Amino acid sequence: MQLRTRALETILLEKGYIEPAAIDLLIETYEKKIGPRNGAQVVAKAWVDPKFRQWLFADGTAAVESLGFSGRSANHLVALENTPSVHNMVVCTLCSCYPWAVLGLPPLWYKSAPYRSRTVADPRGVLADFGVELPKDMEIRVWDSTAELRYLVVPMRPAGTEGWSEDNLADLVTRDSMIGTGLAKSPKDLK
Amino acid sequence: MNGAQDLGGMHGFGPVVPEPNEPVFHAEWERRAFALTLAAAMPGDWNLDMTRFARENRPPAEYLAMSYYQVWFAALEAMLKERGLVADDEIDTGHSLHPPKPVARTLSPGDVAQVLHRGAPTERETKRAAKFKAGDKVRAKTINPVTHTRLPRYVRGRTGTIERVIGCHVFPDSNALGAGENPQWLYTVRFEGRELWGGNADPTVAVSVDAWEPYLEPVA
Repeated sequence: MQLRTRALETILLEKGYIEPAAIDLLIETYEKKIGPRNGAQVVAKAWVDPKFRQWLFADGTAAVESLGFSGRSANHLVALENTPSVHNMVVCTLCSCYPWAVLGLPPLWYKSAPYRSRTVADPRGVLADFGVELPKDMEIRVWDSTAELRYLVVPMRPAGTEGWSEDNLADLVTRDSMIGTGLAKSPKDLK
Repeated sequence: MNGAQDLGGMHGFGPVVPEPNEPVFHAEWERRAFALTLAAAMPGDWNLDMTRFARENRPPAEYLAMSYYQVWFAALEAMLKERGLVADDEIDTGHSLHPPKPVARTLSPGDVAQVLHRGAPTERETKRAAKFKAGDKVRAKTINPVTHTRLPRYVRGRTGTIERVIGCHVFPDSNALGAGENPQWLYTVRFEGRELWGGNADPTVAVSVDAWEPYLEPVA
């Protein structure tokens, strides 16, 4: 694949269809700049700021844009609220739709056949693969991203974090907790 | 198309295996395949739905045997060839052998941030009223187009409830064919797990898809 991609890149360069600096910038952007830390800031703010939280659930796209995250693969962002009675999980059974602007590029497992096939039929089994067990009576709500809406799960705020700053809270927000295959870390997990 | 991309509900793939501390890319060629795909969309002048169809439009055994970025790369080559931007002999030799085809735009480094910031909103104005409202019972139609569609097989023929009227959005089934955006009302439709998977399924599970109006019919 290394040879094939290099060959195609050479052809596209020689034809003037691509500019090398743009290629480098695209890679750098998604490898270094855009990642789950963006989403963690959104969640931490929703935990401490009731007005922002309300806005986030009413108009996710605008609320997230106010923090500087917008555009590609988050033009229509919907935030999903985890509660003691409902746990949300996000999947794209047809391809790999994922809210790039807030979570970066998806991990390999999210794009894999096991995750895409099983999440809609056996979400508790998938959660078990991640070591997560939820109460038997909790509703598991799976969102299959079949259109251009992109979903961001807002996990429940862990106990024992009263008075924490947004920055410190963001350290508790894992990528998986914003997809719904995990929960936010508790303070003792940070040690 | 009823291809291997439509995976919801299939068995036999085994457990989900998360990779601790996973890097964004696993090889240099993946970086290139990713960025070339994004950059080539401008001279290629194709839309997202055409890209998706180019990825899924291959024999199921082949699709499932390929890695994620192998599928991306194969689709990129196919689209470049289809549009006459790159020829087979060029791919074989790894060099440009023919004059470039004039293209309207290329992606310059100065535009990258703006292009990513803008993204590709798919909501469109409409004067038509939405046929359904929140709470309506609907059935996902039984359709089997050989072309691109975003109605997964596991909901076809099943009854659900409109949870939310999203807006009027570009219709992928048309857009993928180059037949225009043909915007249609889009809804979040909730299906109970037992409706999808049978009476023995977990009663606490519900699944939603986002479905365009042409995919849905009213249930009396």
